[in-house]
Amino acid sequence: MNIRNGLMIVLGATLIAGCGTTGEAEQPGASVEDRSARKIDGAEVKPVTAVDPMGAALAAVKQGVLAKRSVFFDYDSYVIKDEFKSLVEAHAQFLVANPKVKMLIQGNADERGSREYNLALGQKRAEALKKMLSLLGAREDQIEAVSLGEEKPRCSEGNEACWSQNRRDDMLYTGEF
Amino acid sequence: MMTDLMKSALLRAAFALAVFSLSFAARAQLTIEITGAGANRIPIAITDFVGEPGVSRAVALVVRADLERSGLFKLVEAGTPLAENAAVNFADWKARGADALVVGSVAPAANGRFEVRFRLHDVQKQASLGGLAYVMTPQQGRATGHRIADFVYEKLLGEPGIFSTRIAYVVKSPGRFELQIADADGMNAQTALASREPIISPAWSPDGTRLAYVSFESKKPVVYVHSLATGRRHVAANFKGSNSAPAWSPDGNKLAVVLTKDGASQLYSLNADGSGVVRLASSAGIDTEPFFSPDGKYIYFTSDRGGSPQAYRIEAGGGTAQRITFEGSYNVTPRLSPDGKSMAYVSRNGGRFQLTLMDLATRQTQILTDSDKDESPSFAPNGRMILYASEIGGRGVLAAVSSDGRVKQKLSVQAGDVREPAWGPFLKN
Repeated sequence: MNIRNGLMIVLGATLIAGCGTTGEAEQPGASVEDRSARKIDGAEVKPVTAVDPMGAALAAVKQGVLAKRSVFFDYDSYVIKDEFKSLVEAHAQFLVANPKVKMLIQGNADERGSREYNLALGQKRAEALKKMLSLLGAREDQIEAVSLGEEKPRCSEGNEACWSQNRRDDMLYTGEF
Repeated sequence: MMTDLMKSALLRAAFALAVFSLSFAARAQLTIEITGAGANRIPIAITDFVGEPGVSRAVALVVRADLERSGLFKLVEAGTPLAENAAVNFADWKARGADALVVGSVAPAANGRFEVRFRLHDVQKQASLGGLAYVMTPQQGRATGHRIADFVYEKLLGEPGIFSTRIAYVVKSPGRFELQIADADGMNAQTALASREPIISPAWSPDGTRLAYVSFESKKPVVYVHSLATGRRHVAANFKGSNSAPAWSPDGNKLAVVLTKDGASQLYSLNADGSGVVRLASSAGIDTEPFFSPDGKYIYFTSDRGGSPQAYRIEAGGGTAQRITFEGSYNVTPRLSPDGKSMAYVSRNGGRFQLTLMDLATRQTQILTDSDKDESPSFAPNGRMILYASEIGGRGVLAAVSSDGRVKQKLSVQAGDVREPAWGPFLKN
C-alpha cells in the first residue's frame, strides 16, 4: 500500500460516512442522486473515483512499444539478441519512471530434453533479462525472475517454427500476475 | 427362465464387481501393454484356487497378470483348480511344460473375510518352495494377488517383486493437471492433486507416505511436500525466483532442491518442513536434478558448468564436484539404481533423447530404448525395471524397460498425456 492510495481510501470512507449521517440512505423514496457524495453542506464536490495508482501506469503498458512483452532466444542460449535491446530499454525506462510498479519475468524453454533442465534454462533466460533491465536502471527489488520451463508452451507443434516461439521471456506487470 | 448356470455366472460377475471396485473413471485408467519380454521366461502354471470361485478366480487372475507383465514368466495353461494341500502329479506338469506351479484355496473366515492359502511348487525338483496364508476383506483381492505374485517372483528369481508397490505420475488433459497414484499394474488410480497449472517432478519419500513435487499453481514453481493418506501438504521451498527438483535423502529427513534465490539454478539442502536451508554447491551455470545415492553419501546432479549439460556428483554435505558423463553434449537426469551400481540418465544422440544406463564401476554405457523423447527415468525399487516418460504419436506415454533392455512395457491413458513418472518404494509391513 502506498501513501497516495491510502489517502484516497480514507477520503472515500469520510464521504460515505458523511452521507450515512444524513440518514437519506434509509429512506425508501430517496433518489439515486441523494445517495451520492455530490452535496455536502450544499457545496458542489468534484467526484473522484478511488483507483489503484498503478491504473494509469498499467494503461500505458498496454499500448505502443510497452505492449510488446516477449523476448525470444536461440536454441540452448540465454543471450538477449540485439533485435530486442530497444524493447528492453523501453521497459527499463518505464520501470525507472514508475518505481512502484513491479515486474515478473517468466522464462520459457522449448520442449526438447529434461523438464527440470529446461526449467533451469528458462530461469537463465529470465535472469538475463532481469540483469539487463537492472543495468538500465530498474531496481533489483522491482523485478522477480522465475521460470515456467517447458510447461507453458505458446505453440505446441514439434517443429522449429513452434519451438522458437517457446524459447522466450514474458514480462508481466503488477496486476497481470 | 434363467438356468442355474446363468444365475451363478451373474452372481459371480456381480461379486467380482463388488470385490474389485471398478468405480474410478475408465478413461483415467492406466493400461499396461507388454512390448518386449525376457530371453528366458520361466514357464509357470497358476491354477484357479479351490473354493469361493469368484474370489479364487479374481486372485489367480491378478497373480497371472503380474507375473506375465514382468516379462520374466511364461504362463502355462493351468486347467482345473487345485487346492493348496493337493497332491501334485509332477510328471503331468512337467509334460505340460511348467517349471513351476502355484495352487491354492480360498475359504470363508470370520466377519465376512476370506482366508487365501497358496503353495508354490518347483516342478523340476518335485518340491514345495513354500506357501503363505492371508486373511483378507473382499476389497483386498487385488492386494492379495500382488503379494502372492511377489512371493512367487522372489522365490524363483531371488530378488523382491514390485507388484505391491505404487507409482506416481502426472496426467495432463486440456486445462487440467492431475498428480495421480496407481498400483504398479496401473489399477486403482487416485488423484492426489488436481490443478489448472503444471505439476512436475514428483518424488516419493523413502517410507512411501509422502510425495514432494513442484506445482506452478502460484504462477511460479514452488516445492510442496504432500502426505498421501491425509491429503495435507505444506510448502517446502518458496523463495524468490524458482523452486524445483526435490530429491529425498535416504533417511527421509532432508530434501535436496534447486533454488534460484541467489542467482541461477543451484543446489540446496533443507529439512522436509522447509527449515535449515544450506547451499550445497556453487557454479557459474546451471546445477539441477539432484538425486541421492542409495547410501546417502553422494548427490548426483546435472550441471552445465563444463559448457554442456552433464552428470556430476558431490558429497551429500557439499564439496568438490566430480564429472560422471563425458560422451556427447547432453547427458541429463542422473538416477541411481537401488543397489547404487548403475546410473540411468537421458542422453542426446543425433537429436534423439534416449534412456541410457551406465555401469558406474566400468563406466560402460548402453542405450536402452529406440525412442527419441525419453525423460524422467525412475528405477523400480528392486532395480529390475526403469520407468520413464516418452512420446508416441505426439502423445505423452510412460514406458518401462528392464535394465538389460529386453523387457519393455508401455503405459498409457485413453484421454490425455501421461508424464513425470516416479516409482514408489517397497511397502513396509
